[in-house]
Parts: sequence; structure tokens; C-alpha cells
Amino acid sequence: MKQTIPWLIAALAGGVVIAAFFIPAAQPWQDRAGQWFEVLAGFAFVLGGANLFVMNLRKIAAQGPGWGYAAVTLVSFVVTLGVGLWKVGVAPRDGRTAWQGGYLDEGSALWWLFEYAYNPLVATMFALLAFYVASAAFRAFRLKNTEASLLLATAFIVLLGRTYAGAALTSFVPPEYSALTIPGMTALIMKVVNTAGQRAIMIGIALGVAATSLKVLLGINRSYLGSGD
Amino acid sequence: MSREARVWLAICLVSGGFLLYRGAFSDAGLGRIYVKPVAARPTIDSEAPGAAAAADEVPQAAREAAAEGAQGNAPGADAGAAANPGGPAAIPAPLVGEGQAWETARRGESGARVSIPRTVGLWLAAFFTLAIFSFLYRDNPCYRFAEAVMVGVSAGYAMVAGFWDALFPKLIARLAPATSQFLTGQREVAPVEWWALIPLALGVLLLLRLAPRGGWLARWPLAFIVGTYAGIRLISFVEADFVAQVRQSIIPLAVFDRNGQFDIWQSLQAVLMIVGLLSALCYFFYSLPHKGLYGRVARVGVWYLMITFGASFAFTVMGRIALLAARLEFLFDDWLWLIDPLSRRGTGG
Repeated sequence: MKQTIPWLIAALAGGVVIAAFFIPAAQPWQDRAGQWFEVLAGFAFVLGGANLFVMNLRKIAAQGPGWGYAAVTLVSFVVTLGVGLWKVGVAPRDGRTAWQGGYLDEGSALWWLFEYAYNPLVATMFALLAFYVASAAFRAFRLKNTEASLLLATAFIVLLGRTYAGAALTSFVPPEYSALTIPGMTALIMKVVNTAGQRAIMIGIALGVAATSLKVLLGINRSYLGSGD
Repeated sequence: MSREARVWLAICLVSGGFLLYRGAFSDAGLGRIYVKPVAARPTIDSEAPGAAAAADEVPQAAREAAAEGAQGNAPGADAGAAANPGGPAAIPAPLVGEGQAWETARRGESGARVSIPRTVGLWLAAFFTLAIFSFLYRDNPCYRFAEAVMVGVSAGYAMVAGFWDALFPKLIARLAPATSQFLTGQREVAPVEWWALIPLALGVLLLLRLAPRGGWLARWPLAFIVGTYAGIRLISFVEADFVAQVRQSIIPLAVFDRNGQFDIWQSLQAVLMIVGLLSALCYFFYSLPHKGLYGRVARVGVWYLMITFGASFAFTVMGRIALLAARLEFLFDDWLWLIDPLSRRGTGG
């Protein structure tokens, strides 16, 4: 009961979506399933937010190590949620009332948080990875064998080929031999070898996704339902 | 305090002091954001008969009055209405008394003024940027504070976007069209779509996952999500990735140019590409042992894959470095005003 009904729901939902691809008459069903999917995805965000709220509240209540940061997370979350849902600071413009404005309109409180907190934090966090990628590459990249040498040489050529230095270093090569310049080699790598490799990876991924999806829809893989009861 | 820490502290104090002095006592200035009021765009009831023609007939005086009203001049609202007596009542009340729309302006631009909230935001963004970068030294309270803010704001933003982009238009607007009319300004109230009760019920079941009892019921909506997603992915991956990639790989190996001449360079590239694709696929095929001739072909595939990974690595590094450059540009240009590569501050200030 607790395993069979969910599987039937999954099989029916997935089957409708697949059937609509082959049977045009089933297209409205697919559209409706897509709408429900989006609604449930919205509820999933609510679930995630509620979970974050409860977890951090528990941490604060327990006064364990780092509970102050949990409080900061909680306050940031509640404030962002509140100003976003209530469209705080959204100005009426172009004949629209404030409630009819976009929740991310310039000048609104959520826009302010997005622009001055979310964006710099996320961008800097990803920028930080530049240092760690370089550090990891320095420690891991060694000319140990053919494969590692190919990887290292390609990375070096492509990195150099996308900068002015790469063009300047091989500027003495005549135009008719442009494929021998660093930018030319970069273009060749991207056009031929990288295309072949990426294409093989994409075909592999597509086959893998198709197989996994079929296993889910046929009930062979029910791991998403959890274990027990 | 160690000698190293004292040296760093001294460098920071001297640099900070110099920047403060430069910002406070020189014309150069320091991180501020200027704004100007958004001019109201007189709009016409586009659905009314003859609206397009009426739009052209709105007197220029009324337009100017409306725009003036939008700049925080309360009488402008009345002026806008009065300048168009008996007209098509086309000009909405200017943006007075309900909040004011502002947009970023250049320093020295006509009507530009310093925005305190945005300037505070700029300094906060600079603090967050430095706080995250401080992790390069070691884990510290500033970094952990910024990290906690990021988690909270990201989760809150995701929930807000989920509500306004998915739950509201796909659920609330269908079940409560009157509310939707108020929040979107639609002219007609759409009929209630009772079908939307099903995803609502499934959504409530999903939230039961947090309840102490009955959490197993959350499997039903979860199964719907997984099933639908599996169906969508199966079709899209097979169509867009598998079939499309195979189709694009079926290319002539002997390439001729427009004059009918055999193009050896393009032909060689096509052959190399197909050889690489097939050999890389051989490597991914694990049902046969990678031995003998098949093993050698698979090994060629590994070389192709290594070159692909090298190129991907290079692009990843370049992307991260571009982000790093953007953050440094933010610090030195937007915040400290040490550089102005785009001449955004001009000479007006």
C-alpha cells in the first residue's frame, strides 16, 4: 500500500508525459501535469524553507556551539521571506499599483537584499573557488603519464589561447599557418577534440538518464520512496 | 599578537586611513550611489475603444504634468488630471503618496541625489565581499557570519521566487481569480479552475513530511514529482541529447569546397572528430573487456576525454577568474572609487 500507490502515481504521471510526446491528443494532459509539477515544486520550496526554519530554531533553543550563526541565518531568512512576500518597497509605476509590481522591482526591499547581499555573497563565494582550483591544480597536476600530460597541456593551451598573451607569444607565425598559433590550436581543440569528447559524454548521459527514468517508471528503482514501512 | 599579525594590522590601518582621508577630504570621493526619480510614463487604457487614437491626443501639458508629479511633486497629480479635462481619463495618477520609483543615476547627472539605502547596501556588499575573501586567511567569525546570511537570504529568496513565480500564478490565481485580479491588474476575472485543488492537496500532503505523524503520505506527491520529472527528462534527453548529437555526428568525412576541390584540412578534422567520438563511446561501453584491439581503441577514447577535461578545466578556471575580477572591480570601482574604467562617475561630481 505504502509502496505500490506511490509507484502507480509515478508511473501514471511519467507515462502521461511520455505518451503526450507520441500522441498529440494527450498534450493537454501533459500541460496539466507540468502545471501540477510546478505547483509541487513551489511547495517543495516551502517544505525546504520550513525545514531550515525548524532546524535553526532547534539549534538556537539548544544553545549549542554556533547557535548565534543559526540565529543570523534565521533572521536573514525570515526578513527576506517577509519583504519578498509582502513586496515591501515596490513602488507603483507605469499605471501599476505596488501590489501589481514585480517582487524584484528596482528599489524594493527584496531587490536591495538581492543586489547588496545575495549577489555579492554568491559571486564572491564562487570567485573564491578560483584560488582553490588553482591550488588544487598545482598540487594534483603532474606529468605522470600520457593521460595526465594531455590534460595538463590542453588546459595550458586553452587558458593561454583565450588571452592576449597567447596571441602575442605566437604572433610571429605566418597567417597561412594560423593553426599552429596558440589561439589556432585552442580553436582546433575546441572544434574537433572537445566536440568529440563532449558529444560522447552527452550521449552517455542521455542513455543513463533514459535508463534510470525507465527504472523509476517501471518500479524497478523505488529508492526515492525511502526504506521501511 | 604575533609579529606577522601586527604587520598585517599596520598595513590594513594605513591603507584604510589613506582611503578614508582620500574619500573625506578630496574630490575623489568614496562609495556612494546616486539615484533619480523614475519619470512616470503616461499610459492609456489599452483595451478601451479608440485607446490608440486617444493616446496620441493626450495633451503634451498633461504628459509633462504627470511626469512632474512622478518626481515627488504632489500637486503634479492634480495638475495631470486638470490638464486633461473631459479627455479620455487616460493618464493614471502620478506616483505620489504611494511610494516613489527611483533608478540608478550617474554622479553629476541632472536631478541625481545620493541614495542612503543604496549607499548603505554598497558598503554592506563590500563588507560581505571582504568577509568571504577573509576565508583565504583562515576560518573566522566574519566569514561564518557572511555564510549564515547567504544561507538565510538564498533560502528566503528561493521561497519568494517559488511563491510568486509558481504557487501564485499556477495555484492561487486559478482557485481565487479575484485575488489574482487585484494582484495582477487583469481586467477580467477568470473562472475558478477546480482542477487546481488536486495539486493543492498533493502540496499539503508534501508538507506532512514535517509532521510527527502521517509523514508517509508525503510519498504520494513525491512520487508525482519523481514520475513527472523522469518522464520529462527521458523525452528531453533522448530527443535533445541522444538523437540530436547522433544526427549532428553523421557528417561527410570527405569535404569538398565550393569549387568542388577536395578540402583535406576540413576532411581531416571531420575524420578526427568521428574517430574521437567512436573511441570515446567505446571507452564508455563496459560490457566488453577493454583488451586487445578494443582496448587500444578505448585508450584513444581516454586521450580524447582527457583533452576534453583539460579544456573544461581551463574554462572553469577562466570563469572563476572572471568572477574574481568582477569582485575586485566592484571593490576598487564601485566601492572605493579608485578606478573608473567605464567613466561612470564622469567629471560632474
